[in-house]
Amino acid sequence: MGLELYLDLMSQPCRAVYIFAKKNDIPFQLRTIDLLKGQHYTDDFAQVNPLRKVPALKDGDFILAESVAILLYLSRKYKVPDHWYPQDLQARARVDEYLSWQHTALRSCCTRAMWQKMMFPKYLEQPVPPEILASTLAELDRCLQMLEDKFLRNQAFLTGSHISVADLVAITELMHPVSAGCKIFESRPKLAAWRQRVEAAVGENLFQEAHAVVLKVKDMPPLMDPTLKEKLKLSVQSLLH
Amino acid sequence: MVLELYLDLLSQPCRAIYIFAKKNGIPFQMHTVELREGEHLSDAFAQVNPMKKVPAMKDDDFTLSESVAILLYLTHKYKVPDHWYPRELQARARVDEYLAWQHTALRRSCLRALWQKMMIPVFLGEQVPSETLTATLAELDVNLQVLEDKFLQDKAFLIGPRISLADLVAVTEVMHPVGGGCPVFEGRPKLAAWYHRVEAAVGKDLFREAHEVILKAKDSPPADLISKQKLMPRVLAMIQ
Repeated sequence: MGLELYLDLMSQPCRAVYIFAKKNDIPFQLRTIDLLKGQHYTDDFAQVNPLRKVPALKDGDFILAESVAILLYLSRKYKVPDHWYPQDLQARARVDEYLSWQHTALRSCCTRAMWQKMMFPKYLEQPVPPEILASTLAELDRCLQMLEDKFLRNQAFLTGSHISVADLVAITELMHPVSAGCKIFESRPKLAAWRQRVEAAVGENLFQEAHAVVLKVKDMPPLMDPTLKEKLKLSVQSLLH
Repeated sequence: MVLELYLDLLSQPCRAIYIFAKKNGIPFQMHTVELREGEHLSDAFAQVNPMKKVPAMKDDDFTLSESVAILLYLTHKYKVPDHWYPRELQARARVDEYLAWQHTALRRSCLRALWQKMMIPVFLGEQVPSETLTATLAELDVNLQVLEDKFLQDKAFLIGPRISLADLVAVTEVMHPVGGGCPVFEGRPKLAAWYHRVEAAVGKDLFREAHEVILKAKDSPPADLISKQKLMPRVLAMIQ
């Protein structure tokens, strides 16, 4: 059995892994785990990742969770072009710095922004107090400012003049609030220009393919199944702050 | 110019870097940034790290933040023994997996446990609702269980028979609630045994040196009003 990637393109880190594998022609078998249908809670999937999260990788007997770990594993195993995760000490440190910072910064506010603006009210029919949404969007704004001021600055890409895994991780995060209708690029020309460069470097077709699922979420009707609705609501309550 | 490390040993990630640098004989100049005095919020420190956080590293003109990035930088630059961050593909992936997971899991609950149980009441003079603390301690318990069941399992160290960066990052995290008076090793003999192995591998003296500040944190004199006003918003954001 070759490489298997357990993904749901609803999830930002899954998109980053998908784009990376496809862009680098890494052969893999896609195993779709539908999060909104609760497929990550099955016993079968728990065998793959006891943490019940996507993305997950299975390479023979070797199972790996955590998108950053998966991206680095794939970079090394498939000996991808250097710019994705440079050998140069300082260039690599900049990528590591971004990959570390984003967990508790951009990722956190992009997930909450998307859920609070769209998923809770429309899909789960649970209203979100306006002050909570306002606070989250303000935090998103501050993160985007840090992304521009500390990471992007006057460079073409986040960590230098070439695209790296940092850009993939960042762009797939930003598409989350975009899918919920947040106009994050409209008032940020520098960020918008960076987005165009990342899309061009990835390839527009692949970029669109990876984002097809999340961009259609706004057209989904409310979740009808009451059991699934309650279960899902319970599992995402922590996103309401 | 020798490597400069901007640290406050009150902070878990700073302890991991301190231990790593000392254990590997990496020469550095220590700059203590007193978090309880709000030194991290100063303009001077913003020149080093505009994110206003510790740890931060300065290697001549090259400034770096984020403890995981700093640990990896030091690993590569100073060519430390392989076991810290093994070359072997799968072993290295296991370290990466731990270092990624911990940000929003163990780190988060250790930070909340320390501040909600001890630092906010003792240092900032505010009460934390008991339901909040209960929920945090329950979450800490869940994460400690994941640490044992998914990462440690029946191994000597988190990723195998030898200590790695993962163990340093984990043990310094776990010492945070310990500093706050949480009996994390009670009822967890496997975790306690791992802790002793890590302490022995690091060296008891170095381990104790790195943890002196956190273990004395409960004796922090209360913050004055001005410091409290300055620190409170950031503390609340940190433990959100």
